[in-house]
Amino acid sequence: MVELIAKSALAGQGPITLAGLTLAEVDLGQVTSIAPYAGQEKALAAALKPLGLAFPKPNELRAKGAVRLAWTGRGQAFLIGAAPGDWAEIAALTDQSDGWAALSLTGAGAEDVLARLVPVDLRGMGAAARSSLGHMGVILMRHKDGFELMVFRSMARTAWHEIEAAMKMQAARQAL
Amino acid sequence: MRVEGKGLVDRSAPVRFLFDGLAYQGFKGDTLASALLANGVKLVGRSFKYHRPRGVLTAGSEEPNALVEIIEERQQTPNVRATVQEIYEGMEAKSQNRWPSLKFDVMAVNDLAAPFLSAGFYYKTFMWPRAFWERIYEPIIRRAAGLGSLSRRHDEADYEKAFAFCDLLVIGAGPAGLAAALQAGRAGADVILADENPVMGGRLLSDMALMDGKPALEWARDVLDELGGMPNVRLMTRTTVTGAYDGGTYGALERVGLHVAAMPDLPRECFWRIVAGQTVLAAGAQERMIAFSDNDRPGIMVASAIRTYLNHYGVAPGKRVTIFANNDDARQTARDLMAAGVEVAAIIDARADASVLEDCPVYAGAVVVGTKGRLGLQAITMLHRGAEIEIETDCLGVSGGWNPLVHLTCHMNGRPVWDAALAAFLPQAGAVPGLHVAGAAAGLFSTARCLASGAAVAVEALGVLGRKAAPIGLPAAEEADYDLLPLWEVKGKRRAWLDFANDVTTKDVRLAAQENFASVEHMKRYTTQGMAPDQGKNSNMGALAVLADATGRGIAQTGVTTFRPPFSPVSIAAMGAGGRAEGFAPQRYLTSHSASVERAAPMIEAGLWYRPSYFPRPGEVTWREACDREVRMVRHTVGVCDVSTLGKIDIQGRDAARFLDLVYTNMFSTLPVGRVRYGLMLRADGHVLDDGTTARLGEHHFVMTTTTAAAGAVMRHLDFVQQAYCADWDVRTISVTENWAQFAVAGPKAKVLLESLFDAPDLPFMGCTAVQIGRTGARLFRISFSGEQGYEVAVPARYGEALFRDLLARAETLGGGAYGLEALNVLRIEKGFITHAEIHGRVTAFDIGMGKMISAKKDCIGKGAAARPGLVGPARDQLVGLRPVNDAQISAGAHLFNPGEEVMRANDQGYVTSVGYSPTMSGYLGLAFLRNGRARHGEMVRLVDHLRGIDLLCEVCDPVFHDKEGVKLRG
Repeated sequence: MVELIAKSALAGQGPITLAGLTLAEVDLGQVTSIAPYAGQEKALAAALKPLGLAFPKPNELRAKGAVRLAWTGRGQAFLIGAAPGDWAEIAALTDQSDGWAALSLTGAGAEDVLARLVPVDLRGMGAAARSSLGHMGVILMRHKDGFELMVFRSMARTAWHEIEAAMKMQAARQAL
Repeated sequence: MRVEGKGLVDRSAPVRFLFDGLAYQGFKGDTLASALLANGVKLVGRSFKYHRPRGVLTAGSEEPNALVEIIEERQQTPNVRATVQEIYEGMEAKSQNRWPSLKFDVMAVNDLAAPFLSAGFYYKTFMWPRAFWERIYEPIIRRAAGLGSLSRRHDEADYEKAFAFCDLLVIGAGPAGLAAALQAGRAGADVILADENPVMGGRLLSDMALMDGKPALEWARDVLDELGGMPNVRLMTRTTVTGAYDGGTYGALERVGLHVAAMPDLPRECFWRIVAGQTVLAAGAQERMIAFSDNDRPGIMVASAIRTYLNHYGVAPGKRVTIFANNDDARQTARDLMAAGVEVAAIIDARADASVLEDCPVYAGAVVVGTKGRLGLQAITMLHRGAEIEIETDCLGVSGGWNPLVHLTCHMNGRPVWDAALAAFLPQAGAVPGLHVAGAAAGLFSTARCLASGAAVAVEALGVLGRKAAPIGLPAAEEADYDLLPLWEVKGKRRAWLDFANDVTTKDVRLAAQENFASVEHMKRYTTQGMAPDQGKNSNMGALAVLADATGRGIAQTGVTTFRPPFSPVSIAAMGAGGRAEGFAPQRYLTSHSASVERAAPMIEAGLWYRPSYFPRPGEVTWREACDREVRMVRHTVGVCDVSTLGKIDIQGRDAARFLDLVYTNMFSTLPVGRVRYGLMLRADGHVLDDGTTARLGEHHFVMTTTTAAAGAVMRHLDFVQQAYCADWDVRTISVTENWAQFAVAGPKAKVLLESLFDAPDLPFMGCTAVQIGRTGARLFRISFSGEQGYEVAVPARYGEALFRDLLARAETLGGGAYGLEALNVLRIEKGFITHAEIHGRVTAFDIGMGKMISAKKDCIGKGAAARPGLVGPARDQLVGLRPVNDAQISAGAHLFNPGEEVMRANDQGYVTSVGYSPTMSGYLGLAFLRNGRARHGEMVRLVDHLRGIDLLCEVCDPVFHDKEGVKLRG
């Protein structure tokens, strides 16, 4: 029988550390978009209860253990790290696990690097935002001591390159 | 020369640098200008038009004369202001606009020809013969005039762009800015304090002011220490705020690495976009010149610059200095010089009633009427009580008063307001929303008033932000009066310069007025006054005062030209940071990318995607050989092609089918589950937006494919339609383009190939189903863009590369292989399938022969508009096929004419959109739009392409060349 080998968007690319910051590709596990149908708020709230999560408001990120529910747009959130239930009557569910490359940028000063690429006021940003990273769309999530970024899988290399370039310049500034 | 015991430069840190090939030494903290003056170098450049010898005029970013080139290993930066450029070890600078040398410049002959080179001379002189302008006159003029030169190499250095956000942005770190920042910082607001200099303090660094009886610099240092320790305050030195934009956004240029030798990864500059809740403009004021005969000689500078060189850099710009002023402030320069032991030859005060009590000769009611010294000032002539007196001097400090730096307040169309008492333009209140002006920029010229207004304006701005601020203790400071007699021009026989950088004299301005270019905007453009790198900072006031005088209007009536961003020059490289070469746009890579590259496929950009053009095999010399083979391969065995770039949109909900009926011209609600249908989508104006196939995966679940080119546009369209027209429908859409890797498997052996890989069901044409490849869930569609029995297999993208490699290996064992974009294009042209080459935005469904696809049973977006007169009928250019009669090459972009008619626009019959060599039909095929084309199959048309020199006859035919009945497709 044929067995297809899975490859991540940046397979073979190890983490890099510069200016006290680490950039790494991360595996978010299963990602599903949830777009509730009209009038299904209560039903969805009930459905999400076993996960200990509520449907997020704009720019919110709900987390319980390793499972997260991040706001990603108008009437839409991504369930990350868990499989959705049998909620097809309540919401449109679409697998997004393979569509995104996920990167983590951690360490003190991650905001300074993102300030080179993301035009969002990170001071006032909630835990999740949908914005742009250079010319690319990005889903930005606060995570531990930094951020996780989701970019279109096909653009992962450009995203990596641009963040790495920003980190290098930040390191050179610090060395000045 | 250096003055012992003066200045803030680090005397323990000597710095060596080169200027025009000669080695000099300065100190850490010097600018190029201060270091050259310390070395007695007065001549630093040549003027733009007349090549007049020029020296340093100012000590700031407004400098019009001392523009140099900085030479680095891979850089040559022109028009660098020597007054801004800090020296570093090994720095190399070069003067500009001179040949063969700065001291002997051949082009200085222009100066002798000056009577012929007045304002507008080239409009008058070089009118005839007309054809000479572009090829002869203009290049010569451009070579003779001009400023720096470029390296003609790509700028491969690093530049940055960045965003910053704050509650309060304070622009300028002089006394007013420091007080404002301290006030806001202590109140807990997020503050950005930006200053264009490497050291903050503004005029406090240049003036020997006292605060609470102690040197003002001590106060400044204490404040900066306190601000530096606040986590809510960001100090940005070497950062010039260059523009005010909507919504509290400001552009700023930070010189990050220009003051040190180039270092790897260190950006040269960073272009900031700062978004501020409120802003305090404390940009200060700039001293202005007075126009008098030969006022442009090296050694003549603004009086406050002499003070800056003396007090900040410990440099006396002359041995015997004279001051010419119309106000009290310039006296301080003379006093500081004398206190430092520098001789002051005279103070020439234009005010008849001015005090003469100084430790040097003072001439009240006197003016300077002439100067001597070609490469450096030697003497001046003064007119005092009717007598002309010559004074030997090597440095003349001039002060015509001060101009508040109101520029940023004018960036959103605000006009400054004339203040007769100060003889200056002041900012108009509220000209930029959220911008408050403090200190000298608001016309408050004493240190005490600057401090008080800085703090008060910050409290006002914090109030807008809803923050309360406790008063900060301000030190007692100087509260001198600024007593000024307006004096713009001392009329004389010789030329008096206004715009030093562009060589504009008072005579040019009068000439403009005389020739009726009397509006200030017209005068500016006629004379080029204010159009040099300093953008008129040194000359606007003087020029408009002279214009006012020449036209008999007041200054307020004459008005100023518009101040536009940037406040000071911004390099394009900084604004385009990261955008060079591949950085211009994101690169989208297919999961099959490395497998294609391994097979030596040239990757071409299609949108942002990189797609294989063709897959060369050993022995194939041209792309055509590979392309022809790949086409035959698909027609006879099997080919594999990555089609993941096509847009895929997941559509779900109880109203999903209804939604598709609305956006597509044809019916989708009748599509059975497990089937695929071709669909055509119109824009609201009735023209074709896109086409593609949509599969019904479940009762309420569809997946739509779009063309690669319009994937984003269609997603946006669906979002718009849903929000605007049917927000209450239960339909949800999301892109899944990136989630699935999808491969076309096409050809007579396609089914055999798939069966070897998984348990392939017997799928009818336009069927779809879920399949299992090993443990991986996949989707199988029986659709074809090639005209052969074709399938598309989709797997989650993580398995894309593995599946592509596997499919390829299996295809090769069957005598097939991979095919690229070129073959894909030929295959679809043979079948008459359209792409965005055909549906380019100006064609209707009728034009492409799909008028009947607009269902009569329902409405759809664009249906009504598509039926408008003029969008259907025989007058339309309609899609046809073309075959050249002699099998010669034809070209896309060629135009069509009736044989026998003259080839001219009025006779145009249409145009060719796609061509390809068809190995199947053994000849070139074309798709074209031809006037009333569907009725003209069998006719001959003349195809003309002037660009490629093609002119031949073609037969008009049906656009479907191959397998018209679709037998092969259905298998």
